[in-house]
Amino acid sequence: MGRIVGGLGLSHVPSIGPVVDRNRMQEPGWKPLFDAYVPVREWLVTIRPDVAIVVYNDHAADFSFDKYPTFALGVAEQYAIGDEGFGTRPLPAVRGDIDLSIHLAEALVYEHEFDLTLCQELAVEHGFLVPMNLCFPHDKDRWPVRAIPLQVNVIQHPLPTARRCYRLGQALGAAVQSFPGDTKVVVLGTGGMSHQLQGKRFGYMNEKFDQWFLDELERDPAGLAEITHQKIMEEAGAEAVELIMWLTMRGAVSPNARRLHRHYYAPMTTGMGLITFEG
Amino acid sequence: MGRQVTGAIPDTSIFDLRLARRGQRLNRMCAALCSPQERDSFKRDDEAFMSRFGLAAAEKALIRKRDFQGLIDAGTNIYALLKIGSATGNGLYKMGAQMRGESYEEFLATRNIRGAV
Repeated sequence: MGRIVGGLGLSHVPSIGPVVDRNRMQEPGWKPLFDAYVPVREWLVTIRPDVAIVVYNDHAADFSFDKYPTFALGVAEQYAIGDEGFGTRPLPAVRGDIDLSIHLAEALVYEHEFDLTLCQELAVEHGFLVPMNLCFPHDKDRWPVRAIPLQVNVIQHPLPTARRCYRLGQALGAAVQSFPGDTKVVVLGTGGMSHQLQGKRFGYMNEKFDQWFLDELERDPAGLAEITHQKIMEEAGAEAVELIMWLTMRGAVSPNARRLHRHYYAPMTTGMGLITFEG
Repeated sequence: MGRQVTGAIPDTSIFDLRLARRGQRLNRMCAALCSPQERDSFKRDDEAFMSRFGLAAAEKALIRKRDFQGLIDAGTNIYALLKIGSATGNGLYKMGAQMRGESYEEFLATRNIRGAV
């Protein structure tokens, strides 16, 4: 039987990618972020997940606006490293879990009536890869876990509501548990926290909102799922609306799951949050 | 849940389907810049590249001027704009400084920890 053994909410700030590739993690500007992941990585080694389901958004890299899916699930043995306009990072391809993907697709579409776009070919980019870098150090040839991409449209409105994202997480949790294989799964909800990347409000951050979001995510996720896109964008910046993907992670773990780690660091233009829950 | 976007937010662009329709040519051109060969084509002859994607004269002018806020207003998605930035040697923070009406140094001075770039 499948089992959710953990949930993580974390930012996927793209500048982290080159910092990892060039081994700059101990520089003073970056060390506080990477230090926060030391106990998280130790915990992940202890719970030994087989698969990471990564809830992320593509940033107009492998999906184009000519056809942009609201929810899209990877159903492949392997996912290529994408080129999002800055070159392809030197990373091993991501190993998928085809049996679990097919099960999730069937369970989510038939049982839970989430009509997903299903992708047999998918190249992943920073929204997916930065969280993988932070949680699962890779070696030359492979990542230590298999992974499944779950892509959410958070960049072209109308976006799915926060509540819909939360319900998708609840369905995802149930779907993992009905998987016949003995598979341990962690769910990563990625993106945010406060940031805005255009207009005179470029660089806007709001730590107070971000800390409130972390509080509510732990304490009352169903209540938090009633938040509107308008409120997130007004209080935390237009691009902060990515935070709705953290609710998918939160829905996948138990409502009274114990919170383990929490960290916040806002050096440049984005509140980089981190929160983890037991499965 | 009713409407999710209920009003304008000052100094903020919200990329909805109206903007996406306006920017379709620009966003298609940017999507092509996800290929190294196409980035080379752009760098070799940006005028021919823009014409190939059917950009209007006003859209081409915005790219020539590196007018990043103008491109956002013309319907370029921010993540598509980053690909033009990459092809023209303008990183996110440089583009952001211009959109704020500041120099790069002035913008960096507003940050909490400027070493995290």
